[in-house]
Formats: sequence, C-alpha cells, structure tokens
Amino acid sequence: MISFLGFLLRLAFWLLVAPLLPGIINKVKAWVAGRRGPPTLQLYYDLAKLWRKGVVLSTLASPGFVAGPAVAWVALISAAMLMPLGAAGGALSFRGDVLLLIYLLALARFCTAWAAMETGSAFEGMGAAREVSYAVLSEAALFAAVLALGIHTGSVSLVTMLSPMAGAGALLLAAGLFTVLLAENCRVPFDDPNTHLELTMIHEVMVLDHSGPPLAVILHGASVKLLLFTLLLVQAVLPMGGLSSAGAAGALAAGVLGVTVAVGLVESLMARLAFRRVPLLLTTAFLFCLFALLMAWKGGA
Amino acid sequence: MSDSSSFALLANATSLPWAEVPAWPVEEFVRATGKEFSRGARLCALFGVPEGAGTGIVAVLAFDADNTLAVARSTAFSGSYPSITATHPQAHLFEREIWEQHGLTPTGHPWLKPVRRGHGNAPANGEFFRVSGREVHEVAVGPVHAGIIEPGHFRFQCAGEEVLHLEIALGYQHRGVEEALVGGPHRATMSQMETVAGDTTIAHATAYATLMESLSGTEAPLRAQWLRAIALELERLANHTGDMGALANDVAFLPTSSACGKIRGDYLNLTALVCGNRFGRGWVRPGGARHDLEPERIARMLERLETALSDTEQAVAWFWDAASVRARLENVGTVFAAQAAEVGLVGPAARACGLVRDVRYDHPAGWHRFAQAPVAVWPGGDVFARARVRSLEIRRSGDYIRDQLAGPADGGIRCALPPPASDTLAVALVEGWRGEVCHVGLTDGKGCFRRYKIVDPSFHNWTGLALALRGAAISDFPICNKSFNLSYCGFDL
Repeated sequence: MISFLGFLLRLAFWLLVAPLLPGIINKVKAWVAGRRGPPTLQLYYDLAKLWRKGVVLSTLASPGFVAGPAVAWVALISAAMLMPLGAAGGALSFRGDVLLLIYLLALARFCTAWAAMETGSAFEGMGAAREVSYAVLSEAALFAAVLALGIHTGSVSLVTMLSPMAGAGALLLAAGLFTVLLAENCRVPFDDPNTHLELTMIHEVMVLDHSGPPLAVILHGASVKLLLFTLLLVQAVLPMGGLSSAGAAGALAAGVLGVTVAVGLVESLMARLAFRRVPLLLTTAFLFCLFALLMAWKGGA
Repeated sequence: MSDSSSFALLANATSLPWAEVPAWPVEEFVRATGKEFSRGARLCALFGVPEGAGTGIVAVLAFDADNTLAVARSTAFSGSYPSITATHPQAHLFEREIWEQHGLTPTGHPWLKPVRRGHGNAPANGEFFRVSGREVHEVAVGPVHAGIIEPGHFRFQCAGEEVLHLEIALGYQHRGVEEALVGGPHRATMSQMETVAGDTTIAHATAYATLMESLSGTEAPLRAQWLRAIALELERLANHTGDMGALANDVAFLPTSSACGKIRGDYLNLTALVCGNRFGRGWVRPGGARHDLEPERIARMLERLETALSDTEQAVAWFWDAASVRARLENVGTVFAAQAAEVGLVGPAARACGLVRDVRYDHPAGWHRFAQAPVAVWPGGDVFARARVRSLEIRRSGDYIRDQLAGPADGGIRCALPPPASDTLAVALVEGWRGEVCHVGLTDGKGCFRRYKIVDPSFHNWTGLALALRGAAISDFPICNKSFNLSYCGFDL
C-alpha cells in the first residue's frame, strides 16, 4: 500500500504540473507563428487571478451551477489519482480501476454539461449538446483502446495494463489515442481553444457564464484532464519496462513533452474541421483502436 | 409602354438637370421600374425626395452590360404605393428605408419593419420572424459581441445545429449622416464622408469628390485621378489581406492568420506614406487630391509594395495549400447566382457567385477609363469562392498599382471647383473593396444639397449573408460572416 506521503506527493504533482501543459502548447503555437507568445506559466497566473476574483451568479441558476464544476474537478482529480506515474505507480490501484477512471471522466463531463445548462443560455445549451454528442464517439474509441490494452496484458488494472510495451498495435493505438486526446481536450481540429466566436465553440461555450473561482476550477480541471490523457497515451505506447526507474521517469517526461509539442504543432498547422466532419474523424480514431484491439487479440495469441 | 415611361440615361460620374429626370405618377413609376428590372437592370439606389407636402421616389438603376445608368422619379405623393419588392426583392431594404424616412407605405411589401430608426437607446427592431416547433430553438447573438467589432443583432431560428432562418437587425450605429448633409456641403462634410465607413475611406471620399466635380461641371486633374485609382487599390489590398487573415483565424489556421494581420499593416503604412494617415484620410478632396506621389516616393512605395506583395503571396499560398483549410471552406454558406442577382449583391460577394459586376469595369470613371483592372470572378457562391475572389483581387490590385506607378500622369493634382449647379442630380459609383459605393446628390435652387443619398455596398449585401446561412450549420456563421465582412456603420449611416 502506498504511504500517505506518497499520496500527497502525487496529489501535489497533479495539482502543480498540470497547468504547465497548456502553457507549453501556447509557446509552441507562438513559436511556429513567429511570435513571442504568453509566458509558459500564464495559466498559473490566470488561476491565481481568478481565485481572488468574485463570482457573478445568475439569479436563474440553481446551486448546480457552482456544484457542477466542483464535482467535475473532484472527479478529474480522483481519476488522476488512479493513473500510474511510470515506475511510481498510481496512488490507488485495484482490479478494474480502469473502469472507474472512465466513469469518473464521464461524471466530470456530465457535471460540466449540467452546470452549462443551468443558466438557460442558448449558447451553453448548444455547447453541451455538442460536447455530449461527440463524447459518444470518443468514449467508444477510448473503450476500444482500453480493451486492446486489457486483452494484450490480460489485466484490468491500470498498473499492469500500462507498464509493458503495447506490442505491434502500438502505432494504431497511438494514432487512436492521440485523436481522442485532441477531441476530449477540445483542441484543434475538433475545437478551437482560442476562438472568441461563441457559435463555433464546444467546450469554451459551456463555461461562458462561469467566473472567479468556479472558472479557475474548470480551467485547472481541464489541464488535469489534458495531462491525464497525455500520460495514458505515452504509457500505453512507450516501452519503458526495461529502463531503470530514473530512466523510465525521464522517458515519461520526454514522452509527455513530445505529445504536448505535437498538440501545439497540430494546432499551428491545421485548420479546424467543420462540425459535420468531426464524427468521421472520431470514427476513424475508434477504428484505429478497434484494429489495435484485433491485433492484441489475434496477433498476441 | 410608350416612350413616356423610359428612364433617362446617364453615365457614371455625370449629372443631369432635375427637370430632365422623367417624373411619372407613382403607379406608372413602379410599373416602369419593374419593367427595367425585367430587362436586366440592377438597383443602385431608391430613395425619397421631399417635395412640398409629399415625397417623390427616385430610382437609380444600372445596366451593367450597357455600361450605363438610368434614373427616373415619381411625382410627389403621400400615403401608399404598390410595392416593387413584391416582384423584385432587391428593392426590399430601400422600400423599408423610404417607409421609415418618409412614411410612404409600400403595399404588398412582405416584411415591412424599421431599418435603423431609433427607439430609446437601441434601434426599433420590430418583430422577428419566428419558426415554431418542438425541436426549434432561437439563438440571439449581439448587439454586443465577443470580439472588437461593431454592434449588430443576429436572430437565428434553428433546428438543432441547422439554421432555418437568420434575421439581421442593424441600426445601432445610426449617426444621421444623410440628414447632416442636407443644406451642405458644410465645412465638416468631407470629414464626414471619410467616416461613413472607416475602412472604406478612399472609396467614399472618391465618390463624394467625383460627385462634387460632376455637379460643378468639371473634372479633377488627370494626375489626381491617377492618385485616386492607386489609393483605391491600396485600400483594397489592405482590407482583402486583413480578411484573408481573419478567415484563417476563424478556421484556426494560425500561419496565415498571424502573417496577414501584420501585412495588412504594411499596406496601411503605404497609404500613410503618401498622405500621413493609414486609412487615407485627407488624401482625396473635391477638385483633386491633397498629396502627391513624387518620383522619390514612388520608388520607396514600389520597394515596400514588392515586399508586402510577396509576403502576401506566401501567406495566401499557405492558406490554399492546406487541405484542411480548403475542406473547411468548400460548400459552406452557398449563395446561388440566381439568388445573388435577385437580391442585388455587389462586390466580391457577387463576383464569388459568378456574376461579373465591377464598377471599375462596368461603369468606369476617372482613371479607370484609361487603365482597367481585370474582374476577378469565381463560381460557386460559397465561402471558398469569396475567399478565392479576394486572393485573386489581391494579386490583380498589386499588378495594377505596379503598372500605374510605372506610368504616372502629368500635371497638377488639384483645381479650384466652380460652385455646384443648381437643381441638378449627380450620380457617382466607385468600386470600393467591399463593392459598389453609390452616392447620389441633388441640389436645390442655390446649389446646396437638397438630398444626398449614400448606399454602402453593405446595404445590398447583408441580405446575402442571411441567405448564405439558410440550411447551413450555425457553427458556420462566423466564417460566413467573415467571408462577407460587411460594414455595420456603412449600413447604419
């Protein structure tokens, strides 16, 4: 069993490191565009600023407007506690924890959508509808990926599922999971985190009416989710079994950085998809993961 | 009809004594106008002129194929008249405007409501068209927007993501430009003309200056006309380049977006190089121009222009080379050629529907009689086509300026204007970067403005945006809007 200190260290890691990733993505985008860009630590400053600000609450909204982001944040942090950190393992590990992780992510999504609909704004209703529609497809891809890993390793516990190299299907899995990562974290080509146009937003439009600490919690939760998916992708694909613990930690960090830079490059060099084409790409991601599943099932035997 | 119902013909940038403008009773006027529309005429302006207790309606039509304009009016009346819109939709906003300004009711107008009349601190929007049904929802956007743009209200009727109907309500920026001009020209008139639509300064200033010159029965010196033609293309370059960047930004394609924002500034600085103002204020004046291009400045401009043009070429090439961008723009926000002709679109929006409509070509005045720019046309009518027309025009405007800088006209740049003729109607059309800028001036017995009508291209084209959204996804609204990039203040006046 992991000690209390280890638990605290992991919590601190997730709380403190996660907001770094959006900063790195923005730096990459700025670098490609030939700009200087915002500081890498900008999200930390934003969070600190938002935390000190007051909250504007709609008179129409129920307590769910604030409870939604709070529950979503707790669900995301709990999911993060299940995710192994290379050789260090997860804070909590048991048989079937991967299922809990997926359901915690779904709970977070549910709560965000719930809070979005609290104000009765047409924009936020549309955003929530889009978010849950695309989630149907991206969750299918995620399930296929998890199944592929489970069959490959004969386990339903994240620590054993992610620690060995993923074998021949790794490439398919990488493509599938990377696409899911982009979709789940509202990055280009699915969503545009920089846009100011309410009508084209997915995730951003759901949080338009939030302000102050609830908004800070939403932004922080989003960065935790991004780190979570990045770690899932890197550990599912990168063979680190033979490395020493320091080497594995280095490889993991390099992998996370690599994925983050890749997200930034995709965002710099690609236009957004029209909404009607999004299901096509998500179905493709699902098929990648499905073929990885077939590889694990037939190829591994 | 007999000869009694034929319109008076006149060329762009010329004038006609008011007495020679044929006047008929309004029923006859409506019938004659409808007949001209059926012959292929296009409506440039339709407005009321108060006369005694009543109001007469004046129509300025364009026969693009004949390179001529036609004008006629109704005798003064009050009350109601048979609507032209019922058979020819391009008159719909004009008739609403006449109803709002003069209280003449067009019977049979399908959607009679205010255009820009104030009501408290906001315009009187009236009732919006509503679709009802279990799955239908209404989305209201604006007048306050998330970006730094002008105010306007958009009301969508949606079934899920699909837009069934979009209604656009403007008027938030109504400043009373036309009212301020009555009795003019005043001291402030020139400055007001330059701010009818700030991004179309040169086109509106040129239209006004040309109109004043034709009222005075003279012409600006050739060198001034040459300068105006260059200024107009510089304005087009700056705005089209900005639009390409804005479109790239809206589809989240960063390379072109960041580059074009910077290059637009380069073009604006070229304008500033001549007249000291990035939007060209103070350059064009009635009777000529205030700033000249000396050989030394021509050399500097050419050098900086080449750099800016090759930068633009590169940034636009990134845009068109990206498959993801092309896929995003194709078949989005389509306006069919027949629709475009029916509602009377102008400028790049019309040319992107395959209509050959360009004042520089159809109704050349000033320097464009000597040096013509090719008309950039692209079929399709979608966002892709509108972006395509813009990028073609960037290249052609660049070539045009290069050619003109190589062969400057001789002579002075300004002449003194005789006083304007009395009781005379003058029309000036200029192809601004957004489309046809139309100014119509009518003087009274003392040579002062009795009525001055300004039609910004946006006035024609906002309806095109509403049509483009029919059946489109609501998430495509921002790129459709950007592909038209219409002026709010030019519409609101």
